[in-house]
Amino acid sequence: MQARKVYIDMTAEFDEKGNIMPISFKYENGIVYKIDKVLSIRKMAALKTGGAGLRYTCRIKNHEKYIFLEENRWFIETQKRAQEY
Amino acid sequence: MDRIVLHSDCNCFYASVECLYHPELRDKPVAVGGDEKKRHGIILTKNYIAKKYGIKTGEALWQARLKCPDLVIIPPDFKKYMRFSKMTREIYLEFTNLVEPFGLDEAWLDCTASKDIFGGGMETAEKIRRKIKKELGITVSIGVSWNKIYAKLGSDYKKPDAVTVFDRENYKKLVFPQPAENMLYVGRANKRRLALLNIRTIGDIAKADREFLHKHFGKWGYVLHSFANGYDIDPVREYNSHAGIKSIGNSFTLPRDLNTNGEVFAALALLSESVGARLREHGLKGSVVSVSVRDNGLFSFERQKKLKLSTDINDEILKAAYELFILNYNWQKPIRSLGVRVSDLAENTEAIQMDIFGTDLKREKRRNLDKSLDSIRNRFGPKAVVRGTELINGDITAISPKTDNVIFPTAYFK
Repeated sequence: MQARKVYIDMTAEFDEKGNIMPISFKYENGIVYKIDKVLSIRKMAALKTGGAGLRYTCRIKNHEKYIFLEENRWFIETQKRAQEY
Repeated sequence: MDRIVLHSDCNCFYASVECLYHPELRDKPVAVGGDEKKRHGIILTKNYIAKKYGIKTGEALWQARLKCPDLVIIPPDFKKYMRFSKMTREIYLEFTNLVEPFGLDEAWLDCTASKDIFGGGMETAEKIRRKIKKELGITVSIGVSWNKIYAKLGSDYKKPDAVTVFDRENYKKLVFPQPAENMLYVGRANKRRLALLNIRTIGDIAKADREFLHKHFGKWGYVLHSFANGYDIDPVREYNSHAGIKSIGNSFTLPRDLNTNGEVFAALALLSESVGARLREHGLKGSVVSVSVRDNGLFSFERQKKLKLSTDINDEILKAAYELFILNYNWQKPIRSLGVRVSDLAENTEAIQMDIFGTDLKREKRRNLDKSLDSIRNRFGPKAVVRGTELINGDITAISPKTDNVIFPTAYFK
């Protein structure tokens, strides 16, 4: 399955040590999703769509999703839309 | 006890980074190549698929396209490569403070002292290899040995994404049969000269008589002999230590050929300012200025001169460089590329001998002027203050050598 890279508008919290915690983001369809919990943060390459940075494993409405922070842009790896096959 | 020296080499560095960002290209022949319009149209790196077509680093893009019409050529993005280079070094620095970069994509690491934390050479190398693959999405090959020369041979031995150990048990079997030119400092010329003496492998060099090599190669004979035998004891330098810098220089291929002394002056001015700024940035000064010239027939030469006083002053560098140029170039052909370099460096905190004419006061003034220019340019960009000659020759000085400084592999002896 081909993956797609979607840059998102992120609202995040910066603590006094400089750590960044994502709170919620606006997806390309305009819907704002709240991140219920950040399960893990690690440095990782985004092999499916290309990139390398911090990978946040997030729980969103009982789904686990990877959200990447590369330099100062956030993106999500998602599936290709049906019509693109 | 033997040292644990690692040499890590990012496989097809630029091409690997580009393939990471373009997953759709991963199974295609890919090369990173310069801008043909700016006359940098050569292959900088290629991936393994392109390599199978016989594409070589350094050849012209049109030559590469002849060999492989489907070749995907991507323009270089040095900012991205610098970022990845920095990230690899950050990973190396998690394992040891002794990290000596060799160009953007290679580095030596001395892991002797961290052996009890991360395990022996093989184990540490495996950890680094896996970590880089996972976190950066590119691969490295790592050589492990007790000296830097063998470690470098090891990183070339098996790639991509591999670890090779040359230890006291296996080096005669694995290192000695390799062709002499695999070894650092055996280039095309030395290879030919060695071949004339019927020395073809590293083992041949190692077994040759030291004095015999000395007779034919001068002091390099001793060096080659010690390299080949694994006697090299050159330490891996601490990261960011200046001890390593032996010269600072810049060169560029010009957007168009130069035909007059005036144009050359403008280009040299730009180069000298960049070299001066970098000298001051590192707190160094130097007393030998050299100039390198390449004409459009690709004939090139380098000339140098020794200054009375070591310097980091733009104008003094420029003056020496221009003098050298005037003295040595007869304008048989237009010029394609130019370079300026300052060597024989010393810390600029060293005491200077004053004279009764107050020359050093004038020089101090010039230095302060240069420093002010540096700080203006750091804040407002390299084009915030420029020379008049730069404005007149805008088309050839459109490059900013300091910020566009492309990192080339460096010399081993520093």
